Amino acid sequence: MEKRPRSFYVLTVIFALFVLFLYGPTITIGILSFQGPEGGLTFPMRGVSLNWFHELFQQQAVGDIWGAFRRSFMLGLLVMVTTVVVSVMAGLAFRKKFPGSGILFYLTIASLVIPSILISLGVGLIFNQLGLKVHWATSGFGSQLTWTLPFGLLIMFAVFNRFDKSFEEAARDQGASAWQTIRFVVLPIIAPSLIGVALFGFTLSYDEFARTLLTAGSYNTLPLEIFGMTTNVTTPVVYALGTLTTAFSLLIIGAFLIAAWIMARRRARLGSDAGKGV
Amino acid sequence: MKVTRETVTGWLQAAPLTVVLLGFLVAPIITIVIVSFWQATEFSIIPAFSLENYEFLFGSPVTYKVFAATFKYAFLTWAMTLAIGFTVAYYLAFHIRSQTMQIALFLLCTIPFWTSNIIRMISWIPFLGRNGIANQTLISWGVIDQPLEWLLYSDFSVILAFVHLYTLFMVVPIFNTMMRIDRNLIEAARDNGASGFQTLVHVIIPLTKPGIMIGTIFVLTLVMGDFITVRFMSGSQRANVGRLISNDIALLQYPSAAATAVVLLCTVLIVIGILLRFVNIRKEL
Repeated sequence: MEKRPRSFYVLTVIFALFVLFLYGPTITIGILSFQGPEGGLTFPMRGVSLNWFHELFQQQAVGDIWGAFRRSFMLGLLVMVTTVVVSVMAGLAFRKKFPGSGILFYLTIASLVIPSILISLGVGLIFNQLGLKVHWATSGFGSQLTWTLPFGLLIMFAVFNRFDKSFEEAARDQGASAWQTIRFVVLPIIAPSLIGVALFGFTLSYDEFARTLLTAGSYNTLPLEIFGMTTNVTTPVVYALGTLTTAFSLLIIGAFLIAAWIMARRRARLGSDAGKGV
Repeated sequence: MKVTRETVTGWLQAAPLTVVLLGFLVAPIITIVIVSFWQATEFSIIPAFSLENYEFLFGSPVTYKVFAATFKYAFLTWAMTLAIGFTVAYYLAFHIRSQTMQIALFLLCTIPFWTSNIIRMISWIPFLGRNGIANQTLISWGVIDQPLEWLLYSDFSVILAFVHLYTLFMVVPIFNTMMRIDRNLIEAARDNGASGFQTLVHVIIPLTKPGIMIGTIFVLTLVMGDFITVRFMSGSQRANVGRLISNDIALLQYPSAAATAVVLLCTVLIVIGILLRFVNIRKEL
């Protein structure tokens, strides 16, 4: 193999520093959340304890974080399923040249770049003027979709650009109906990428702050609850909560990535048998 | 125009997306534009057609200062995310040889994107505080003998947090375009005697421009529309346009918030309009 140029080693160091920059702070609060009961918001550690995690489970200590967690989790699932279904349908639509596709495409991009606070404000105003109560499952849900759907659609674009249309033609040649072609040929082929769409749908919803700020109503989602805590809680209990939610996010991300990996392997194993015959 | 069956299927498949975008993107923006011409009292907002909100906005020196600060944050964050993002993407695309390693390192860079921004901001506190890790380290090294006060709750911490949160939005599109560069071009450059640096400047950077533009659009719009990072990382001591809007909202001054939002939206759209002259997004997907 060719010898590495010197720039490789310089860049490796820069890359390592970048990764440290990305993860260092999170790891630090991970460590600090095990601060002893006397400890403060920064080093030194005054003993090691589970005190601050314990405090999270006390009802009176902070707001309703478990309720907020349940709501965020439900909302995340709701947004995830909707994002997958709507993105796949729109992805299929964009493969045809239908009138209005250009406008819809630019609307989707607009949805991605528009400042989140405008969505929050606008949706809040509409509900206000219509005399409806904002609620995380209605106004909050819709507002979050304006953030997750563009990502879902962009992934679908990438998927369908690499999609080999001859599979569909083969299915049709063998007499499959349009629906059968989608159900038994297209969907199984794109399934691993749908895991990616689902991952975006869930995590972006679970962490969304700005778009839910004015649209969640009287019941906070978890990011809103955490932000509320930062203004009136000055103990490592905030770190403990941060560590727990980050651990939960990592768990979810890990589960999605492993699922995608297993699917890809299964495909490699059960895929083409070309050349294995005679 | 003949409406074929395929067109109808296309419309039906696109319908859910259209409904969501009409209800939660188009309608809110129209509402904001309308409300920006309304008037507000202390307790309620009154439908009217008045330019009062805009007159007040453009007549106040605060507005110009805040817009200037917003551009400052956007520009500095852009320059730093571009420098870091390009370097990281270049390393991943051209220096990592095994594909498995490439995917693993790429994921390592993207995982933080799927975790909470609020928590990633909070996690800077033990670093930058008066008695934080940075100050303690610098003092123990004898670099300084007084803790630095400008580390936390300053422009420095705001920009640091922006770079921390948004560099990924540069890395991903730039990496994506770099991976599509035909490797023969680089070999050709080398065969013709180009040095590594010349290849970078004359071959790789021009071919990476679309990715750079997409990353730029992401970073600029995210920073310009932000309000929470500035509020949190500056300890409410700095302002940008987003905070102007959120302050009005907190005071229930919706028409005034709406007018500021309209001006912000126009500014963002103009910036994007300029950037889009350099790249065709649809072609890049």
